[in-house]
Amino acid sequence: MGYPHPSHARETVVLSQYFGDAGARSYDGWIKRGGYEGLKKALGMTPEAIIEEIKASGLRGRGGAGFPTGLKWSFMPKNDGKAHYLCCNADESEPGTFKDREIMRWTPHALIEGCALASYAIAAETCYIYIRGEFTEPWKVMETAVAEAYAAGAIGANAFGSGQRIDIVLHRGAGAYICGEETALMNSLEGKRGNPRIKPPFPAAAGLFGLPTTINNVETLVAAPHILMRGAAWYKALCKGNPKSTGTKLISVCGHVQRPGNYEITMGTPMKDLIYDMCGGMRPGRTLKAVIPGGSSVPIMTPGEVDTCIMDYEGVVAAGSMLGSGGMIVMDDTTDLVYQIMRLARFYAHESCAQCTQCREGTAWTTRILERILSGAGKPSDLDLLLDLADNMTGTTICVLSDSCAAPVVSGIHKFRGDFEAYLSGKRKPSLAGV
Amino acid sequence: MNPKTVPGGPAGATPASPGHDAKYEPVFVGPIKARLDALFPKYPTRQACLLPALWMVQEARGWVPDGGIDEVARVLELTPAYVRGVLTFYTMYHQHPVGRHFIQVCTTSPCNMGGAEEVVKALLRETGCKELGATSPDGRFTVIETECLGACGFVTPLLVNDDFLENVTPERVPGLLQSYK
Ligand SMILES: Cc1cc2nc3c(=O)[nH]c(=O)nc-3n(C[C@H](O)[C@H](O)[C@H](O)COP(=O)(O)O)c2cc1C
Ligand code: SF4
Ligand code: FES
Repeated sequence: MGYPHPSHARETVVLSQYFGDAGARSYDGWIKRGGYEGLKKALGMTPEAIIEEIKASGLRGRGGAGFPTGLKWSFMPKNDGKAHYLCCNADESEPGTFKDREIMRWTPHALIEGCALASYAIAAETCYIYIRGEFTEPWKVMETAVAEAYAAGAIGANAFGSGQRIDIVLHRGAGAYICGEETALMNSLEGKRGNPRIKPPFPAAAGLFGLPTTINNVETLVAAPHILMRGAAWYKALCKGNPKSTGTKLISVCGHVQRPGNYEITMGTPMKDLIYDMCGGMRPGRTLKAVIPGGSSVPIMTPGEVDTCIMDYEGVVAAGSMLGSGGMIVMDDTTDLVYQIMRLARFYAHESCAQCTQCREGTAWTTRILERILSGAGKPSDLDLLLDLADNMTGTTICVLSDSCAAPVVSGIHKFRGDFEAYLSGKRKPSLAGV
Repeated sequence: MNPKTVPGGPAGATPASPGHDAKYEPVFVGPIKARLDALFPKYPTRQACLLPALWMVQEARGWVPDGGIDEVARVLELTPAYVRGVLTFYTMYHQHPVGRHFIQVCTTSPCNMGGAEEVVKALLRETGCKELGATSPDGRFTVIETECLGACGFVTPLLVNDDFLENVTPERVPGLLQSYK
C-alpha cells in the first residue's frame, strides 16, 4: 500500500498489505494473518523443487540488478560438504529508496520467513541479516521478532519440527553506503573494511568466510513465501504482457509529489499512472521537470520519457533509464537540477571506498567541477570535461559505484543541457559561494 | 548516512565532554562481556565480531577512545592497528567525544529538495552548536549532516542518538529538542 497513505485501487497489495498494522509485528499476530505457511510448505518440499518454483515464477532480485532469483539459488553447489551461508541485504542506503525499512518495521516475520525459506533452499544453516547502522527502529523490531521466532521453534535447531537447522543472526552496519554492494557487505560482516571484492570468484563459489554464499535483497526474500503459497503461475501472471518482468514491485516515491510513499505495483504499470494518479501528481501550480526512477544510480528521465514509460525492467530501459531498486525521485519545475546532480555526485564522492582510481578521483573531480559551475566560475569546456570523466568512470572499476555517479551527470547533461548552460553563460545567478 | 568531515577539525573539544586523557576503564566486563561472549558462537571467526564489539564500546563510552581500540584488539585477538583501520572506514563510530545527544540530519538530494537545509539551520541555532560537528557549550548536543537515511518519503528525517524522527520541519525543532536534556 502507499504507506503512509491507504492503499490505492490501482495497487496490487501483496508484500505491503500489513504496512501500518502494528498487530502484524508479533509472532502471534503474524500467524493470525496466515504467516509462516509458506515456510512450512517449503520445509515439506525438496530444495530443488523450491528452486524450480522460484525460477518458474520469474522473480528477479529487487536490490537493483534484477538478477533472476531462482537461477542465483541454483548456482549454489550441491552436497559439497561445506557450510553454506545466506546473506540478507538490509543495507538500504540508495538515495530515494525506503522500502526495505517498511518491510522490516511492519512485517519482520515476513522477512524471517523469507530468510528461513531461502536458507533451506540453498542448504544454508545460517543466515545473516545485515542491517544498516542507522536503522535503529527496524533493528529493534527485527531483534524482538527473531527472539520470538526462536522461542516458537519456527527457526533454530529444528525449524517447525523439520529437522532442519536454520539460524538467523542480525548484524549491524556502521555507516557506509558501499556495504550494500554484495561483496563489500561480506567483507564488512567478516570484520573488515567494506571494500568490494574483485569477481570472480562469485559468492556462490567463495562468498562469506570464503564459503558458498547467496545474497538477496529484503524485498526479494519476502516475495518467496508468497510464491510457494500461491504458486509460480499466480506470480508470473502479475505483469502486463512481459514475461521477463513479473510480480509486484514496491516503488518508493519521494520528492515533489503530493503523496510520497511506498506503492506496490504490478510490473508493467505505466509510470504516469503512478505519478499523476496514485501519488496525486505535482503540487498545485507545478509541473513535472524530471524523474530519477531507480534510486539515484540511474539515468534521469524527462517528462516525455515518463509519459511513455512502462514500469518493468525492460520498460524503464526502453524509456532511457533503469528500474534499479525502485526508489523514485520526482522533481518539479522549482528544482535546480544542476544543484541536485552536484548533490548526488557529492554523495558518491563521500561513499567511494577509494580502491579504484577512476572512482576515487572521478567522483571527487565531478563534484568539484559541478560546484565550480554552480558558483558561476564554470568554463564552457566543463561539460565536455564532465562527460570525458564520466566515460573514464564507466565500466572500468571493481564495482559500479563509479558508474552510478556518472549516470545522473551524463543523462543530466544530455537531456537538460540548457540548465547547465544557464549557469555557464551567467543567465542564472550562482547558487553556491565560490569554491 | 555518513557524517561528513567537518571544517574546523574534530568535534567535542569542549571541557563538558569526557576528555581524551581520561583513564580508560575496560568495557568488556560483567554483562557487556557476557553479551560479546554470546556472539562468538554465531560466527566462525572472532574477527566477525569486530563491528559489534566497537558498537558495544561506543554504547558504553559514548565514543571509541584509544583504550577501546586496544581492548577490542585484545578480546578479539587482533592488533590495534588493524582495529583502527577498520574503525576509520565506518562513519558511525565516533573517534572523538560528542555531545550527549548526537543529531544526524539527512541532506541528500530528496531531503535537500524538501527543505533539509532549513532544518539544519534551525538545529544549529536552537542547540547552540552554531557549527556542524561542534558540540554545544553545555555539552548537550552535536549536529552533523549525513547522507540518505533511507526514509526519503518522510522529509526531513533525523536521528537523535537512537531515536529516528520523521517529517521534521524547522518549526518542530525547538519542541522536539526539549525531550533531550
Ligand atoms: C554501490 C552499491 C550499493 C548497493 N546497495 C544495495 C543495498 O543497499 N541493498 C541491496 O539489496 N542491494 C544493494 N546493491 C546490490 C547488491 O550488490 C546485490 O546485487 C543485491 O543485494 C542482490 O540481491 P537481489 O538479487 O535480491 O537483488 C548495491 C550495489 C552496489 C554496486
Ligand atoms: S568503484 Fe568505487 S566504491 Fe566500487 S570498489 Fe572501486 S573505488 Fe570502491
Ligand atoms: S535522501 Fe534523505 S532520507 Fe533519503
